[in-house]
Order: sequence, then structure tokens, then C-alpha cells
Amino acid sequence: MSSTTHTSSGQDRRLRGALPLFRRRSAISGFGLSLGLTVSLLSLIVLIPLSAVILKASGQSFSGFLEAGFSPRALGAYRLSFGAALVAAAVNAVFGVLTAWALVRYEFPGKSIVNALVDLPFALPTAVAGIALAALYAPNGWVGQYLEAMGIKAAYSPLGVVIALTFIGLPFVVRSIEPVLRDLSADVEEAAASLGAGRLSIIGRVILPALGPAWLTGFALSFARGVGEYGSVIFIAGNMPFKSEIAPLLIVIQLEQFNYQAAATIAVVMLSASFAMLLVINAIQAWARKRSA
Amino acid sequence: MTPRSSTEDPLWVKVLVLSLVAAFLGLVLVLPLVSVFAEALRQGMGPALAAISTPDAIASIKLTLLTAAVAVPFNIVFGVAAAWAVAKHEFWGKSLLISLIDVPFSVSPVVAGLIYVLIFGSHGWFGSWLIDHDIKIIFAVPGIMLATLFVTFPFVARELIPLMQEQGVDEEEAAASMGAGGWITLWRVTTPNIRWGLLYGVLLCNARAMGEFGAVSVVSGHIRGLTNTMPLHVEILYNEYDFVGAFSVAALLCLLSILTLVLKGLLEMLQPQVRRAGH
Repeated sequence: MSSTTHTSSGQDRRLRGALPLFRRRSAISGFGLSLGLTVSLLSLIVLIPLSAVILKASGQSFSGFLEAGFSPRALGAYRLSFGAALVAAAVNAVFGVLTAWALVRYEFPGKSIVNALVDLPFALPTAVAGIALAALYAPNGWVGQYLEAMGIKAAYSPLGVVIALTFIGLPFVVRSIEPVLRDLSADVEEAAASLGAGRLSIIGRVILPALGPAWLTGFALSFARGVGEYGSVIFIAGNMPFKSEIAPLLIVIQLEQFNYQAAATIAVVMLSASFAMLLVINAIQAWARKRSA
Repeated sequence: MTPRSSTEDPLWVKVLVLSLVAAFLGLVLVLPLVSVFAEALRQGMGPALAAISTPDAIASIKLTLLTAAVAVPFNIVFGVAAAWAVAKHEFWGKSLLISLIDVPFSVSPVVAGLIYVLIFGSHGWFGSWLIDHDIKIIFAVPGIMLATLFVTFPFVARELIPLMQEQGVDEEEAAASMGAGGWITLWRVTTPNIRWGLLYGVLLCNARAMGEFGAVSVVSGHIRGLTNTMPLHVEILYNEYDFVGAFSVAALLCLLSILTLVLKGLLEMLQPQVRRAGH
């Protein structure tokens, strides 16, 4: 254990003396400074501001909370946000696993471009995605005109919301599954094959169960992101109350009408839902670690 | 030809899977990207270039660059501090701290804007005090900065924490035992080990800072030439049915995200260990 003459180590030693159970002694200095900075910035930028929304929503009677947070219009918005996010996550679960499978198992021309393209939704500003999808799936758009001919209204309807959320959620599924698929050793499959298992039963009994937790994680991440998404959706959704109005848009509308409490109440309902989902995702990951250990 | 092994899919399965993937990615990813450029260039290069050189467009580009110039250094400082505390020391409550750092990723961008309106808006906690002292945060540039800091908060930290945890504490302990102070150790020992991960985090943070829409939209007030970032400028032009203008600014943002993806791909190729699961 060396004693350094550095300024932060003095502070460090005082912390060590004050909080003997709080941390294990370490030779590396800078603990007090780095943790102090981390906790202060986290509190100032994230935690205290977030508590403002909870305080605002709790500054009303319980019936007031129910009225603002669960009005028919709010319920319609939750139904659309959660429903469309669920459908989009399911679509991504199917095509995401196929994309990951192709990227890991197959060689094909342009593979590195496809690989980079999968991350496009992370890199592309959501407003850009929104206007592009709206133009594409509008009744006179490149794709929308064919859908229109088939009698399907894509843009300016709940289906438009699903399309936007599918775009936003795709990388979550692919990037969750990919590393697991890569690590899945071919030995296991070969062993199963040498024991006489057919290809379908190998996929059903060996590969899919191994992918399960990563698949669920990707699905849940894609769903969670979709529920709160705003920028890519509002251009394509149509934004009709009760029909094609998402919950984040309802928050914005309440805010624009200076109904701060109602905005905060809807925000708290959504925050509770996303933290519940976060807990589920963490539980899935803990379960997966336990299973693979 | 190599004999087909038992773990390889038959040709028809490969063709089927690749066609499905190509059709899906084409409809969801490629066509939207192509359509941005097609719509921008609908009337040729001239109007597109004119749309991105109007005074309002230039002001929005400047504000977007300024936002990134604030968010990225902040994110580096926070990310390195958080990773240093978490990865190089043992303390109680560490896993809680790691979860809390990730919180902004699970909050709707709109809520990220709302919280600052509730605090700094004219009816907020500090509203009347700010009005008395003639300080504007909401519907002004500081609000845009705060909202951007919130949504980009975890980017660098979540790249660095796993990377630095993997690298362990041996090198830093060796440096300390030879008498190196904290700053010297950080600069000479740790930084060379984490620079690629840091760059990766900065790249993603920068893309999000320049592209954020929901959070910034709530706090901006959409004042042309003053509080419009590029994504907000796209929205205004689009809502005014100036599609060529909207898609031209959008095309500029597309070029930026393509550059981000290319740099990201290069980083992953050169430094495979920085590769992380999605955000």
C-alpha cells in the first residue's frame, strides 16, 4: 500500500476513515473524487429532475391522479403506445433472429454493409426516420401506393405507428441475439446431429432454447424503446385522439395547454411501466447468467 | 467444393432466409434512407443546397454543433469518472449506481424534456426566481443543453464500465505502488487502454446529441434562428409542406449518421473488443 502525495488521496483517506464499511481499501486513488463527481452529476442531471415529475404528479388527490392518468383519452394513448410497441417488438423478434442468423452463419456479398445498416436506427435522428417513413408509406409514397391499392392504409393510422416502432426497435433484437449465436459452439450441434437429430429438431431443441434469454432481452428492449418513442412516430401516426395518438404525444399536448399536472401524471404512469420493464429485463438477464453458469 | 457439414443449412434455406432478411431490411431500413435523398433532390441539387444554406438552416446547424460540443466533453468527464469509481474500486451500492446511470435510456425523450420544464419553466420550481433574475432556461439554449445531457448521459459510461472492469486493477495498482498519483495513473496507464472504447462511446453520444428530437422539442420553444436544432428545423419545414427543404436538412443529418456508422464499423474492425450490444 503506497502513500501518494496526490491531492485526491488525502480526501480519499478521510473518506476511508469515515466510511470503513462503505468500501474496500484500494491502492488506486481518486475514489472520492470520481465517485463524488459521478453521484453529483447523476443527481443533478437525472435523479433530482426525475423526482420533479413524481412530485408534480403526487401533488393532487388520488382521484385527480386517476382522472388525469387514466382518462379515456390517456387509456387510448397507452393502448396504442403499448400495443404498437408489442406488435413491432414481435415483428422484430422474428426478422431480428433471421437477420442475426444470416449475419453469423452465412457468407454473402455486402455482409459488412448489412451489418452496419442494422445500426442505422441508433445513428439516424428519429425525426429524419419519421419523415422518411411517412413519405414512403403515405398513400402516394413508393410503398404506400401499393398498400393503398390493396386497401391497406399504412401511414396516418395505427399501422404507421407499428412501422415506425419496427424501424426503431430492430437493432435491439439483432444485437442481443448476435453474440449468443456467435458463441454457440458448432460442437453441440454436431453432437446432436451425430446422435441422429434432424436439422429441425436441432433448431428446435438446441439452438432456440440457447437463444431464449437473449431473444427475450432483445424483445423487451425493443418493446421498452417503442413505448416511449416520439420523434419517428408523430410524422407517420396521424395523431388522432383515441385512434392514432401515442402517449408521449399526449404528454406534449397537455404541456402545450399548460396542464402541467396532467402531463406529469401521464409521465409517471409511463415511467412506472418502463421501470417495471427494466426490472423484467434485468431478471431475464440474471436468469440467463445463472443458466449459462 | 467442401462437403456440407451437419451444421450447415441447405441451400434453399439459405436463399429463403437471405431473401426474407433482404426484403425486410429493404423495406424498413434501406428504402427510408434512399427516400430521404430522393425527396431532397426531387428538384435537383440547386434547391437542396439552397435549403441548407438559408440563415435559419445555418443557425440550426450551428446550434446542433454547439449542443454536441457541450454534450460530448461532459459525457467524457462523467463517463471516465463513473467508470473509474465503479471499475477500479469496490464499494457498497455499486450495482445500484450502475443501474441508475442507465435510467435515461428507459425514459421517454418527451419525459426527459418535461422534467426540465417542471423545474425551470415559468410555472416550475425555480420559474419565478428565474423570471425575476431575467434568466431563460426553458425555450432557450440552456434548456436544449440540459435535455441533451439527460438523453446522452449513459453513453460513454456504459462503454467504459464493462471495458475497465474487464481490464482489472493490476496495472493501476502497479502504477500506484511505484508512486504514481491518481491523475498520472489515469493519463498514462488507463487512458491508453480505454481510448478505443472511449472513442466508440463518444461517437454514439455525438450522434444522439446531434439527432435528439423529442426531449429537445419539448424545451426548445421552436424559435427559428434561435432555439432550433437541425432535427427541429426539419420538423418545422415539414409541417410547412416545404418538403424539399425538410428532406434536404434531413439528408445532411443522414450523411452524418452514415459517417457515424462507417466510423463505428472501422472501430469494430480494428478493435473488436469495444463491440457492445445495442443501445
